[in-house]
Amino acid sequence: MGIVSVTNLKKTYGDFTAVDGISFEINEGEIFGLLGPNGAGKTSTINMIIGLSRPAAGEILVDGIDVRTQLKKAQAIMGIVPDESNLYNEMDGFENLCFCASLYGMRKEEREAKAVRLLEQFRLKEAGKRPFKAYSKGMRRKLTIAAALIHSPRILFLDEPTTGIDVESARQIREMIAGLKKQGTTVLLTTHYIEEAERLCDSIAFIVKGKIVASGSVPELMQSVSHGHAIQLVTDKNVESLAAELQGRFEGSRVEIRPDRSLVLVSERRIPLLPVMEFFDKKGIAVYEARELRRSLEDVFIRLTGIESAVLKKEKEKGGGGR
Amino acid sequence: MKGWIAFLNILKKDVKTYYLKPPNISWGIIFPLSWTLMQLIRTPGGSILQLLPGLISMSVLFGTTSMLAVTITFERSGRSFDRLLLAPISLSTMVLAKIMGAVLFGVFNSFVPVIFAAFFVNLSAVNWALVLPAVFLIAATSTLMGLLIAVSAKQVFEAQTFSNFFRFPMLFLCGLFVPLSSVPIFLRPLSYCLPLTYGTDILNGAIIGAGTLSPLLCFGVLIAFALALFLLCRHNINRKWIM
Ligand SMILES: Nc1ncnc2c1ncn2[C@@H]1O[C@H](COP(=O)(O)OP(=O)(O)OP(=O)(O)O)[C@@H](O)[C@H]1O
Ligand SMILES: [Mg+2]
Repeated sequence: MGIVSVTNLKKTYGDFTAVDGISFEINEGEIFGLLGPNGAGKTSTINMIIGLSRPAAGEILVDGIDVRTQLKKAQAIMGIVPDESNLYNEMDGFENLCFCASLYGMRKEEREAKAVRLLEQFRLKEAGKRPFKAYSKGMRRKLTIAAALIHSPRILFLDEPTTGIDVESARQIREMIAGLKKQGTTVLLTTHYIEEAERLCDSIAFIVKGKIVASGSVPELMQSVSHGHAIQLVTDKNVESLAAELQGRFEGSRVEIRPDRSLVLVSERRIPLLPVMEFFDKKGIAVYEARELRRSLEDVFIRLTGIESAVLKKEKEKGGGGR
Repeated sequence: MKGWIAFLNILKKDVKTYYLKPPNISWGIIFPLSWTLMQLIRTPGGSILQLLPGLISMSVLFGTTSMLAVTITFERSGRSFDRLLLAPISLSTMVLAKIMGAVLFGVFNSFVPVIFAAFFVNLSAVNWALVLPAVFLIAATSTLMGLLIAVSAKQVFEAQTFSNFFRFPMLFLCGLFVPLSSVPIFLRPLSYCLPLTYGTDILNGAIIGAGTLSPLLCFGVLIAFALALFLLCRHNINRKWIM
């Protein structure tokens, strides 16, 4: 059994069902991504697991401990980074970390040593002496993560750790998450950024409108959608008129013309590049660029959820630190 | 042990970030002091000793009821209160730590009129062994009442308004300014439902020998009030703040 095991979890707010009977399992030591658009129910799900909100139905086990009956015992091994920083504005970085450590019963020397180490690790050594309210968004997020790690939790919950912060801080945070995995910490992370999930996560669950529409390891998810192959070509002339001929020449293929006028040849079987180049060469058309398109998790997501990539793009713009 | 470390550090943090802030300290000194002066001016020639029980009670009441209500509502709106709910400490430990800061602040407030009075009258006849625990229990019950209000309030200002709504009627019903025997008979049952009535009675007895009830009974009732309020607060926090 996984370190986190969620069965038929449900959350309602009045008549509205925010989380609609989801189940998933997180294995010890893996990075698990909960991926979905705004309002999908990601935060609601995390809040139920960590004990900030009560499920309407369902079971949650963390390291075999039933969260409904032994919440405090389960909380001792959890580290939590909420979607908005919730540290104390009046205290400086170092004091914030030490205070959080004390909530987990750590002794003074132990707290201070760990706080110093984390401030260094997150490149906040200087900022450690400044009050939290003077921090930039990226610094706030980093200190919030440091605070969640102060008691060396076995499982870390990160709710949109890279949303809305500067690119450099986002990069550092992703690096840190990858580092945690090496040390054996389990991570549950929610995000809108598909590339981020693809790069970091071992397993992913797509959540839409409170339901998990697909889940599995990244390769499994890629396979689950039979997507075939695609070649993209950039030519010197308009080749739209050649589409039919091209499709006839390569059986089972389909031609798409992209808005940037490039041509994409999609097919179930892999089409070798050379005959395609020869085809154009014979027509006296120069090919500037030819490449095989790699299918990404984004395609899988779009195929499975029917959510347009434009919608996701919009969410990314709102956030910022995508790459 | 772990719970104890958390308890002490929550208390320390609250004292440092809220109660020891200059505005609060000066409020804690100026407010009781002006009450004292006002009473002295109003009843010239009146013995300050006669006024002392009322002044102590009032300083404690005003020092505690809104303090915790405001700080907790503030922490809730900034979401830092979630940290306490997410920590592996029992709800009881957390609630106790939170109220202890306000209780200590209230006790500190009560010293102001006492020190002031010490300049004018001889306090050697006062039974401090009764005064101190009584002050502590008055502080505890009024802090808990403030907390109960905070659990029902959504905003800082709401918490403040609510606590005034309770505080002022209480002052007139608890036998501080109007002796219980002069409280209208139909309101008197209400007086006996207020913890402050019992606290005031102990103070009246210990300072000027004018208690009407047995101190033992009063302490018993105060402790029962504190316990009941504590359980009620804990229950409400658990029910309303973990949705
Ligand atoms: N306290 C609440 N009361 C009523 N509705 C709520 C409450 N919290 C969340 N919701 C609703 O439940 C749904 C799921 O919200 P949730 O915050 O879990 O989504 P999310 O996936 O975390 O979204 P985001 O990406 O915007 O953070 C949303 O439609 C939201 O409006
Ligand atoms: Mg969210």
